[in-house]
Amino acid sequence: MRTALRAGPPWAPLARLAGRRALAAVPVLAAVTLGVFALAAASPFDPVRQYAGSAGLRASQDTLDQLRENLALDGPFTEQWWRWLTSAATGDLGQSVSLRQPVAQVVGERLGWSVLLCALAFAAAVVLGTVLGTAAARRRGGWLDRCVTGGSYVLQAAPPFWLGLLSVWLFALQFGVLPAGGLTDSGEDTVTAASLARHLALPVAVLALSQLPWFALYVRQGVADALHEDPVRGARARGLRERTVLLGHALRSGLLPVLTLVGTRIPELITGALLVETVFSWPGIASATVRAATAADFPLLAAVTVLATAAVLAGNLLADLLYVLADPRIDPEEM
Amino acid sequence: MRLRVIRTAAAMTFGAVLAGAAACSAPSDGKGGAGGGTGDSLVVGIAQEPDTLSPLLGYGKDGNSKIFDGLLRHDADMELEPALAAKLPEIGDGGRTYTYTLREGVTFSDGTPFDAEDVVFTYETILDEKTNNPSKGELDALDSVTAKDEDTVVFRLRYPYAPFAERTVLPIASKEAAAGQDVNTGPYNTEPVGTGPYVLTGWSRGEKLTFEANPGYWGGAPEVERLTMAVIKDDDVRATRLRSGDLDAAVLPPALADTFAGDDGRRVIRARTADFRAVTLPTAGPVTGDRAVRRALDTAVDRQAIVDSVLGGAGRAAYGPVPTGSPWFAEGTERRHDPRRAKEILEDAGWKAGEDGVRRRDGRRAAFTLWYPSGDRLRQEHALAYAADAEEIGIDITVESGTWEVIEPRMKDDAVLSGGGSPADPDFDLYPLLHSSLALDGFNNMAAYDNPDVDRALEEARRTNDRAARAEAYAAVQRELAENPGYTFLTHIDHVYVMDDAWQGVTTQVEPHDHGLGAGPWWNVEDWRPKK
Repeated sequence: MRTALRAGPPWAPLARLAGRRALAAVPVLAAVTLGVFALAAASPFDPVRQYAGSAGLRASQDTLDQLRENLALDGPFTEQWWRWLTSAATGDLGQSVSLRQPVAQVVGERLGWSVLLCALAFAAAVVLGTVLGTAAARRRGGWLDRCVTGGSYVLQAAPPFWLGLLSVWLFALQFGVLPAGGLTDSGEDTVTAASLARHLALPVAVLALSQLPWFALYVRQGVADALHEDPVRGARARGLRERTVLLGHALRSGLLPVLTLVGTRIPELITGALLVETVFSWPGIASATVRAATAADFPLLAAVTVLATAAVLAGNLLADLLYVLADPRIDPEEM
Repeated sequence: MRLRVIRTAAAMTFGAVLAGAAACSAPSDGKGGAGGGTGDSLVVGIAQEPDTLSPLLGYGKDGNSKIFDGLLRHDADMELEPALAAKLPEIGDGGRTYTYTLREGVTFSDGTPFDAEDVVFTYETILDEKTNNPSKGELDALDSVTAKDEDTVVFRLRYPYAPFAERTVLPIASKEAAAGQDVNTGPYNTEPVGTGPYVLTGWSRGEKLTFEANPGYWGGAPEVERLTMAVIKDDDVRATRLRSGDLDAAVLPPALADTFAGDDGRRVIRARTADFRAVTLPTAGPVTGDRAVRRALDTAVDRQAIVDSVLGGAGRAAYGPVPTGSPWFAEGTERRHDPRRAKEILEDAGWKAGEDGVRRRDGRRAAFTLWYPSGDRLRQEHALAYAADAEEIGIDITVESGTWEVIEPRMKDDAVLSGGGSPADPDFDLYPLLHSSLALDGFNNMAAYDNPDVDRALEEARRTNDRAARAEAYAAVQRELAENPGYTFLTHIDHVYVMDDAWQGVTTQVEPHDHGLGAGPWWNVEDWRPKK
């Protein structure tokens, strides 16, 4: 263990780790998309019905049959999946039936907005969670600790869409200080930084709040435990300043479990974004997912599922990489 | 040291993410905004957004599409008048050919000239079997479209079809802009190019569509220079945003609209419609298949009570798809609410009162199931009121809800609370609802109604262009429908709108069942003038 102390980060083993994970991801992604096609085929929604909308309620059987043929919805789901997979492998993600656009265009237009929303919310949750958790751990049982812990449990129990609706009601309807949704004001076309910030405020806040409790509670626990460990007690005994002890020793050691959490929270973040984007009419990829699911839009659904799965796998990889960097005792070859 | 590496890496990642996001534009922002103009603007709250903006896939097929024009259009009284055509069509060959002379000097918003090729392209693309236009059945009569010369288009029909001209309000797409791409998913769906009074400047799906006046519009540049259609599904949110001033106008349910009635500077506008709600009574059902049961239900239902309680007065009793206010309505076919007469009809037909209050005949209970699409509150309340009236006369109706996927396979035997209505011509509703050849064909004639007299009258009314003869044929259909109802028609519902009282020239048309952004007082927003 002691001999493993290194001069710098082990770049080569890290790269090999990333490569191994990327290879393992291929069969996982294929299996996940097969599952999506199976689920969509089993769903009670009829894609033709969903496509035709209200016009379908006055369409003749001929028209509906022709639509079914054109939308290439014949055949078992395994066949449809294989068709999708082979064309996706060549770079053609297919056409989104529900949005009447190529899937690549849908993803291209929307991904940035989702990433912006998620990244801001995640960063806010990590930073705020670390600050609150550390502050709470300093005096366990103190009033701040009680507020942070109690508040975290309440937030953990609150579903994001409920938080979203509550914040719309409070800030948009009651106080009228922030817009209720969308990317720009109703009468506006262009996205300016100021209006973007105003429209981002509520969705980012809600998404961050839904993630915050996990970080606050983990950091609190980690830092509190570390405060009782030998190195910290030793540091105190040596007469180091409390600030140095807390931030330099206890927090650094207490943050290790949080790195793991970063990876495991990605799925929750995506689920949260799904709900938040729907509530706030945010033009991101998550709201397109909801539409794709209800319309049994196979190509779009498969593409967004691949994206979500890839994000989760990447999150796990990132957490592992950070862990190796932060803790020299970990051997990347064994992960 | 290691922590610094992590910190730097995290900061860089975060920075890259921000930069990447900032480089994105708003989704589908076709041309980017031109900035707040000095002219007048209007922000309208609508409930449903179109799936596509391409006329080739069905956008704006009933007119008022803002971005496009049809060959013809409807005026405030739903009379046809020329738009991209120079005059109303000439009808020849016994009603089989329609010849349109086109307006000269019209250009699309991208500057290319409009001519007969665009008309031919539009109709041929819609009829192409590879085009996923769910409304293409409306052009069933059309055999071929040809450009005789640059300014003349000839439509040849497969059979004489009197209401064909009503279908040519369909928007004309630009061949130059739309040809050569996948009609079903190409960019023309989101970046349309038309000849209409407005040009699309942005479409953020699920949020809003923005339009700017087309300065070169052949009908004169609109005075409402910027038009925004904000898509807000929730009625309460729409009402709140209207109250806060974010919206200038909105479609609202009657009860919510009434809360604005006393406001200074706002108007509540009720549009009359052909939007009916009716109960389909399948002729294959063991109970509903009996004409006496159908007639008894038709007599027992208290339509005015439904209008008053369910619709809050915003609607009218319906006795068929043709609204009572329509010139096509057959006077004298109104049915009186008369439960006693209904019971007599049932007694005479052998339906005797049973112990549980439900009538029976030959051991069969007078009971059936009535479906409504789940989530549709209005239809649910119609269904419950109908079932309550039926219970009075000893018919037991079980009301159930489901998605259309659930309802469709049951339509043959169970009743459905259906809706529909096209004001332009009686043929558009009566033929698909009643003609026996369309029985259970898709969602046509859901009751499998089969009445040779009705079939004959419907066909006759299609064939002749003589208005009086058509009116007589449709009157015969409506009288027959009173004698032998295949449906119980309940109500025509009014569509209610609230808007700032800042404009002159605000009217409403008789509106259809599907009211997208073309219906409502803003159907002719291009003609509005600000009040001084």
